[in-house]
Amino acid sequence: MLNKNIYLILVISLVFGISFWIGFNVNLLPTEASINAPIYDELFKILFIIGLIIFIGMIVAVVYSLFKFRKRNDQIGDGIALEGNLRLEIIWTIIPSIIVLLIGLYSYNIYDRMGGMKELNHNHEMMSSNPEKIWAGISQTADNGISKNDLSIEVSAMQFAFLFNYPKGNFISGELHVPVDQKVSMKMESKDVIHAFWVPEFRIKQDIIPGQPTILNFTPTKVGKYPIICAELCGPYHGGMRAAIIVEEESDYKNWFNKNKTTEVNL
Amino acid sequence: MTISIDPQKSDKSLQPKGWLRYFSFSLDHKVIGVQYLVCGFLFYLIGGTLASAIRIELASPMSDFMPRDVYNQVLTLHGTIMIFLWIVPVVNGAFGNYLIPFYVGARDMAFPRLNAVAFWLIPPSGLMLVASYFVEGAAQAGWTAYPPLSITTPQSGQIIWIMSVLLLGGSSIFGGINFIATIIKLRRPGLKLMQLPMYCWAMLGTSLLVVLSTPVLAGTLILLSFDIIANTGFFNPVLGGNVVVYQHLFWFYSHPAVYIMVLPAFGLVSEILPVHARKPLFGYTTMVFSIMGIVVLGLVVWAHHMFTSGTPPWMRLFFTIATAFIAVPTGIKFFNWVATLWGGKISINSAMLFSCGFIINFVFGGITGVALAQVPFDIHVHDTYFVVAHFHYIVYGGTVFIIFSSIYHWFPKVTGKMLNEKLGILHFIITFIGFNLCFAPQHWLGLNGMPRRVAEYDPQFQFVNQISSLGALLMAISTIPFLINIFLSMTNGKISGDNPWDALTPEWLTSSPPPVENWKGEAPLVEEPYGYGKKLSEQN
Repeated sequence: MLNKNIYLILVISLVFGISFWIGFNVNLLPTEASINAPIYDELFKILFIIGLIIFIGMIVAVVYSLFKFRKRNDQIGDGIALEGNLRLEIIWTIIPSIIVLLIGLYSYNIYDRMGGMKELNHNHEMMSSNPEKIWAGISQTADNGISKNDLSIEVSAMQFAFLFNYPKGNFISGELHVPVDQKVSMKMESKDVIHAFWVPEFRIKQDIIPGQPTILNFTPTKVGKYPIICAELCGPYHGGMRAAIIVEEESDYKNWFNKNKTTEVNL
Repeated sequence: MTISIDPQKSDKSLQPKGWLRYFSFSLDHKVIGVQYLVCGFLFYLIGGTLASAIRIELASPMSDFMPRDVYNQVLTLHGTIMIFLWIVPVVNGAFGNYLIPFYVGARDMAFPRLNAVAFWLIPPSGLMLVASYFVEGAAQAGWTAYPPLSITTPQSGQIIWIMSVLLLGGSSIFGGINFIATIIKLRRPGLKLMQLPMYCWAMLGTSLLVVLSTPVLAGTLILLSFDIIANTGFFNPVLGGNVVVYQHLFWFYSHPAVYIMVLPAFGLVSEILPVHARKPLFGYTTMVFSIMGIVVLGLVVWAHHMFTSGTPPWMRLFFTIATAFIAVPTGIKFFNWVATLWGGKISINSAMLFSCGFIINFVFGGITGVALAQVPFDIHVHDTYFVVAHFHYIVYGGTVFIIFSSIYHWFPKVTGKMLNEKLGILHFIITFIGFNLCFAPQHWLGLNGMPRRVAEYDPQFQFVNQISSLGALLMAISTIPFLINIFLSMTNGKISGDNPWDALTPEWLTSSPPPVENWKGEAPLVEEPYGYGKKLSEQN
């Protein structure tokens, strides 16, 4: 009996060990380029490790049973007439319930840190007199204390392109340029069908819906060029509906802005 | 109250005999079950061909194999055919019709004529759906048919798609009503509800979901068709309609539809494992309660398909918790199945291997499902290949594996012949490797930036996509040993005898193949369908 328990403990610790090792050493995610990304990756790592423990544990149990309890050629008759075990069944009802509840609370915490539970408002100077009701989106990214004023951009999506309107400079661009470490606040609306704005490196996505503006805020943290991908089937050229977001140093951004602006403003 | 189970002197004697009855408006539940299965399998081959076309297109990053709009038609037809013409009719209609009357000790379903109508709605609506390609092109808005895309794409294809799904939904509702009536009212005298084989409980739960949620889909699609042909504005934003309302209504059916596809599989695997492990089903009562728990929870989780759509933050939170909790009753079932294997005398045969493959694949799909239920997690991977991989692990790795397992298990009952085990194990190995090779890499693709439903993609994903396509090729090849096995065994198979597996569930207590009206005399009263081990001690 003691021997059996030692084997069980050995197998369980092996499953945990392998799962933790894989969880900490295998990176399945792209570059982290926004404030949201490291928070997301923290959640991913936890879920990945818990998932691995359950999955590997289940494989071990099934394969072991198939091997250990396989019918030998000389065997006849049935296995043991075991119809259930209330204690075991209560254990594997309660433990998963606790795990699921903890994951739920934790992911609520993650979502809150991403700013998901904040009130939806779009900090847009031009429409402050008549605030429009916006009821979907991700309002605020986590605040790193660096950015002062939001950079407001209006996004319109159509088959099969994104257009980015910079109201301050009164110009429209097909590329999204933003300064690094600056909170960006986007109001998005579609001209035809449903589209979606997705930047994998930022770990954010929001549908762009005709007739109902949505908002999406984020703070990029890493200079570079990342893809903006439409993630909602929008027609034959859906796969080609991509744009680029260019995160650059503030001076580079100012140069680009000043080159494109059509009204006299100073950044 | 007594329920008559006398052989009815019905017009069944006038029905054609031999193979011709499979092409007739037969009222025999066993004939209808086989009709469902064969018809479903033919559509599976069509849907599989479309899947192969998708994987060929995705073997290269450019859209070069077929025109872009045809690609969207292919993916729409693939999804619709696999769901509405293969999985739902087969796990519900085929196995339900064949097995439920045996399990409750009846001579047929409660409404045999309605049953035949339910089946005969399927071939014409399926053919109509496929034929819509040749009119002006099939529907191309995905199987979800989200407006406004479904309103703005060519009308004929979309309208035929709606008509076809409405008829298939009708067929599904007829079947659901029939199963509920049969299980509740046609039980043999003396047979208690808690003595029924688990598949009856699974079908009772599934049929409740069908009857409660399918009418919502029907209503939604009728409103959508008004928007398309009569220029109404229910969902058309140009006319003041709301596109998000459509998504709520659609997913109110289509999330329970997932359980309509997997709950019967849960029931089937509960029948197969005890027979081949020679052990009673572990935890019968908790299994029943977890099925009903899944039914109740399954009705209140639909908005998790809309986390990145127009959903306010509080709603996102509620649906996260509700969805994640489905893992609890589902988890109970998986632990119970493993406990059923534990300490058994397991025959390693094709049916057992496919069932164990199901456990492993489904646990993986369940784990990614719990992850996807978390709003912050979903916001990154929603509408990407991660989701595609997740639901194929559920419906292919889960349900289709169980369909194959069930075919290996019940083929001797239906035909009186054994299937070839060597070909069966070969079929399992190729399917298992091909399936995992095809879908496991897609998780990585989704996490790293490949959206779903695209014909072209970033060239950095080419290698992983080619691995996935190779897996799809193996899956296509895996049907060859299966089909050879079926044809060889039908013509030259070993005679199985009435009960080759020594099983205790009622369908094995009659001849193989069973006679019309199921039993020569009175239906046997099976109080312990899983009494393995006990039988032995009694004999001793």
